[in-house]
Amino acid sequence: MKRRSIFTALSAALVLAAAQGTVGLAANPVLKVGFVGVTSGPAAAWGISNQRSMETRAAWINETGGYTIGDVTYDIEIVSFDDQKDPKRAIAGMEKMAQEGIHYVVGPNVDNGAAAVRPVAEANGIMYFPYAFPKELYMAPASNAVLGMVANYQSGPAIYKYLMEEKGVKTVAFIAANESDPLSQRDSGLAAAEALGLEAVSANVTYQVDTTDFTPVLTPVIRTRPDLLVLSGVSPANAPQLIRSARELGYQGLISTETAQDAQVLREGAGDLANGFISVGGASTPEIASDMMVEFVTRYTEMFGEYNDESNTKVYALEYILATLAANPAAIEDVEEFKQTMDTFEAPNPYMKGDAMMRYVGMSSFGQRRQVAVPLVVNVFQDGEFETLFVAEVD
Amino acid sequence: MEQVIANGVYLGSQYAMIALGLTLIFALMNVLNFAHGQMYVIGGFVTYTFYGQLELPFVLALLMSCVTLAVLGALIEKFLFGPVIRRSAREESTMLLAAGIAFLLDAIILLVFGEKQRGVPKIVDGVFNWDFRIIMPYDRILICGLAIFSIVAFITFMQFSKTGRALRALAQDRVAAQLMGVNVNRYSMIGFALGAMLAGLVGGLLVTITGINLGMGGPTSIKAFMMVMIGGAGVISGAIAGGFILGMLEAVGLAVLSQYGDITYLAIFIALMVFLAIRPQGLMGKPWG
Repeated sequence: MKRRSIFTALSAALVLAAAQGTVGLAANPVLKVGFVGVTSGPAAAWGISNQRSMETRAAWINETGGYTIGDVTYDIEIVSFDDQKDPKRAIAGMEKMAQEGIHYVVGPNVDNGAAAVRPVAEANGIMYFPYAFPKELYMAPASNAVLGMVANYQSGPAIYKYLMEEKGVKTVAFIAANESDPLSQRDSGLAAAEALGLEAVSANVTYQVDTTDFTPVLTPVIRTRPDLLVLSGVSPANAPQLIRSARELGYQGLISTETAQDAQVLREGAGDLANGFISVGGASTPEIASDMMVEFVTRYTEMFGEYNDESNTKVYALEYILATLAANPAAIEDVEEFKQTMDTFEAPNPYMKGDAMMRYVGMSSFGQRRQVAVPLVVNVFQDGEFETLFVAEVD
Repeated sequence: MEQVIANGVYLGSQYAMIALGLTLIFALMNVLNFAHGQMYVIGGFVTYTFYGQLELPFVLALLMSCVTLAVLGALIEKFLFGPVIRRSAREESTMLLAAGIAFLLDAIILLVFGEKQRGVPKIVDGVFNWDFRIIMPYDRILICGLAIFSIVAFITFMQFSKTGRALRALAQDRVAAQLMGVNVNRYSMIGFALGAMLAGLVGGLLVTITGINLGMGGPTSIKAFMMVMIGGAGVISGAIAGGFILGMLEAVGLAVLSQYGDITYLAIFIALMVFLAIRPQGLMGKPWG
């Protein structure tokens, strides 16, 4: 009898515990948001900063009770897929997202991946937020892609104009890796520079993406003695080596890029030689970062050991998706609703000080609102840290 | 032209060192070690950790890279390649194992060291500038000198030490070496450890110049295989020659062909295909193996 009581009590406890567990797990329904991008190989930093930004924010939201969209509060789950910077893998990743019923995906990180997934996204009702610049992805009749950052043809002219007026720059040289993104960024940068009246003294030198020693590559470029050396579409892995080689070859002019960089990588790889290097960032510097941005950085660092400055821009995509869904809950299952909301959507930008707003832009560049309005913050690297050179907006 | 030659010598010395370890392992065990590039990357990260992070002397950090990779190489040979070679006569078994190890090491590197490019403080400041005809930072000159010294030391070791002679005997004829009393299992492990150690050494040396990141492994392996193909698989002197030839071709190509875009490696690959069609065993390899 006693044994039976113990058994009954244990069974009851187990059933109760299981029921509690079920209740706990089912407290909030789950909203899945996808990520398809590169998280391995030489460009891993691009995708990993995306994925970790999303995971940090999702964990933060879940820890504080979930995200309310309409009458329902959701836990956020990030479903990730490493496309290895391969368009075929990117397609497979987007198909996986479709199979899981996901309608909102961040990525891919590069041009050919973003172009490759377009048919899959459009056929399966998926809005995706690439970090790729080809305009046809964002111009009608395309309508499912939303550019997740500032494009080089938007930031480049602003930087060149500033340097012409403030630093007296007259000549420019471009160097790019021999693959689609950097080459297209070089071409559009060259066109923008020439339109502003800069003389391009070198624009056809390229390097292999797996180059580790840039001295032989840069030697002919440096001999042209440009006032400004533009590292078109340079990856964070290559930037410090290029800067270091250029400086060691005696180059004393300005160096810039239109991609986001990481201060620690520059500090370790180029040290003081990187002083004066100009790049583009998000809500990064203390002058503009809000308390929420500071907390995001803290949580990211606690979760993954160290922060990646590229996340200053990449923190935004998930926030935009969730805030837009909150503005129109019907968009959770219907991306056409999402598209309609994009035209009028506005919400406070939680990562910037002041009264900055989140809204969709891109009318000038794409003829429709298919770009998130991240701040165009142009940074200069100085003594190990980024300092804000100027802040602009994309319309 | 002086700058091109200087760049070629510098590139050649580092390439030769990368190829040495790969060709040694191939000579001893007939294993195409696709994980050689990943071993190079680990060597770079170990030096980064000890020299860049813990701020220990560079020489000590370099030593740690060598020791770590030697131990790792010995373990890989003892527990992975050794048993597979004994159990399977098919060469593709070791090739698949090597590819698997490369993927595994990539994943471990990502977990342990992260996705970012890493760099260390310069070991020597300043730039040698001969009237703008040759510009070469002193640290590159030092690393080039150390690489050449290491190659000479390795050849001396292989030529005159008891272990080196045993390894060469093993490379020439495994059965004959065994009949002469060479402990094949033991020296296979030592040889693999030595090859891995060379990868760690060059990774540790080059992290001071190029930095290191997760993605460098695969391309490094590909270049190493190219050098071995040029020089002749399994021939030490061939690997050194292949390294210097590739370095010089790259330096000349980048100087002469840069105006036409990134076609240097396209030209090198075409030249390599033609060369291998004429001489498939490489410069110093034997056609019978």
